[in-house]
Amino acid sequence: MKTTYREAMRAAMRDAMQRDERVFLMGEDVGRYGGGFAVSLGLLEEFGPQRVRDTPLSEAGFVGAGIGAALGGMRPIVEVMTVNFSLLALDQIVNNAATLLHMSGGQFSVPLVIRMTTGGGRQLAAQHSHSLEGWLAHIPGLRVVAPATLEDARGMLWTALEDPDPVLIFEHGSLYNVAGELADEAGPVDIDRAAVRRAGADVSLITYGGTLPTVLAAADALAASGIDAEVLDLRTLRPLDDAAILATVAKTHRAVVVDEGWRSGSLSAEVSARITESAFYDLDAPVGRVCSEEVPVPYAKHLEEAALPSAERVVAAARVAVGEAVGEAVGPRA
Amino acid sequence: MTPPMTAEERAALIAARPDRTLDLLRQMLRVRRLEERCVELYSASKIRGFLHVYIGEEAVAAGVMSVLGPDDAVVATYREHGHALLRGVPASAIMAEMYGHAEGCCRGRGGSMHLFDAGTRFYGGNAIVAGGLPLAVGLALADKMLGRDRVTACFFGEGAMAEGEFHESLNLAALWDLPVLFCCENNLYAMGTALERSESQTDLALKAAAYEVASWAVDGMDVLAVEEAARRAVDAVRSGGGPHFLEFRTYRFRAHSMFDPERYREKAEVEHWMERDPIASLKVELEASGHLDEAVWASLSREVDAEVDAAVEFAEAGTLEPVAELARFVHSERGTP
Repeated sequence: MKTTYREAMRAAMRDAMQRDERVFLMGEDVGRYGGGFAVSLGLLEEFGPQRVRDTPLSEAGFVGAGIGAALGGMRPIVEVMTVNFSLLALDQIVNNAATLLHMSGGQFSVPLVIRMTTGGGRQLAAQHSHSLEGWLAHIPGLRVVAPATLEDARGMLWTALEDPDPVLIFEHGSLYNVAGELADEAGPVDIDRAAVRRAGADVSLITYGGTLPTVLAAADALAASGIDAEVLDLRTLRPLDDAAILATVAKTHRAVVVDEGWRSGSLSAEVSARITESAFYDLDAPVGRVCSEEVPVPYAKHLEEAALPSAERVVAAARVAVGEAVGEAVGPRA
Repeated sequence: MTPPMTAEERAALIAARPDRTLDLLRQMLRVRRLEERCVELYSASKIRGFLHVYIGEEAVAAGVMSVLGPDDAVVATYREHGHALLRGVPASAIMAEMYGHAEGCCRGRGGSMHLFDAGTRFYGGNAIVAGGLPLAVGLALADKMLGRDRVTACFFGEGAMAEGEFHESLNLAALWDLPVLFCCENNLYAMGTALERSESQTDLALKAAAYEVASWAVDGMDVLAVEEAARRAVDAVRSGGGPHFLEFRTYRFRAHSMFDPERYREKAEVEHWMERDPIASLKVELEASGHLDEAVWASLSREVDAEVDAAVEFAEAGTLEPVAELARFVHSERGTP
């Protein structure tokens, strides 16, 4: 069937609420408004106000209430409008959701799913555009996933709800309108493994979430000039699928990590470090990185475009990795 | 503040149920003696980390816990040894936890500030001020959605009322009409910051009432007053009356933690409050009314000491969690929910 990422996500929520009475959705404007990004449009009418709950603007309050409801036997889906807003709930996510199982010596698990929008590209400037999933992927006790395809938008939620521990789902805002074919029988997918989205032999382009389409476009451009790139979609940002990362590097011997987060202290840094720790002797070139420029994401279109990873920058980095171009000295702009 | 009972009313109450009153005394004493021993053990380096004792405030936990049912939930703070004990967590498991032993209620991963117990629905042990309030709201939400007539009692200090999570939680609980009993333990100091130095409105019940939450101030040094107020509030919450807020006016006799030189308050103030010691006061009252004599007190006291001795013995005999188990409980093991 023809669908969009947004509709796939909505179908996943509808499916989950039909499957399990304990599942409910809460967040800012998820009900009458239909969701800040219209993901939950129509669910209030279908499931009623008990299961599709509009909350006040209280990120810490309703995320914490989601944790409590999970402790109390429910399976909440909490929607936070953007990852920037989730900073108001970091206390609950990091100090409670991630720690309660461990601190209680295994007594209290928190089967909670938190969905939030991430990323730039929509001229929303520095308080709605950041990619902070790497921060949350730093935290033990959380599972962090980033659906980048229609299959994953449709399938990751149910698997996340079946996880006894908290799962954060990052939905890149630029993906909601992505349209395509989805199998009618599409359903739950694993949330453990990375996936090769394009097989190739010359260089591995490793990415996730909103930059997957950018990287696939770059791979097409590289193919046109005779460079056969493999594209690995990490899918799960915590725990990272080390085996898949090492396998692609063992195959191509060259890697470029593409991450919309900032380069310093980023997920791309983690992936790069793991490659050098475990596959150093497989490498024929230094690991390259394409990340956001180290600035708060600006409003003006040309400035925002310059700040975010682009297919051109991915192509350039891949050409350096395969030795067809000379890399710039690694520095703040690299 | 709920009007204090007259002397006649108190005497009648005690006379009507001397055993229950005596039990409240026993419960407070259990907390007092356990914590006095904790302080000694801290000085002996048996307990490490932070240790916050509740000495002086026992009437609050004793009164509230006495009116909760087994299916109710409790969310407490980092000054929660007494709450855990009176909720039914064995003193031995609490003490072993403070020793950092595998036999502790959290297998040595929580320590003094993070006691948890699934069996008694004791949800911590929350060491982020006000961080437990949203959890309580969520527990109550689950109860409401699942049609269970349970109450979640959430304890916090008056310092929490300056945090955003307090305001968000009261608003949400009132908006959704959730069965939460908010128990503010107003001991007048948020660590070392006095109430009037941190709150524009020091009438805390008035502040809570702004959220359309039924709110009262209660003498937190009087266990009978606490019990009475908590009983009424719990009954109201359980029967669908929505969230309630009780401000218990109390006082911490000891330092904030073991590292607190107490520069921020006068000795005279502490001494003044110690004259209202909830245990000593009730003991005098029971003696005066003929329901407690030397022999009964000695036996009660022996019994409580024996419990504490046994807890220490249990903790001393405890074992260390193998380091090989370090990474357990970061994620659930297969088979858990």
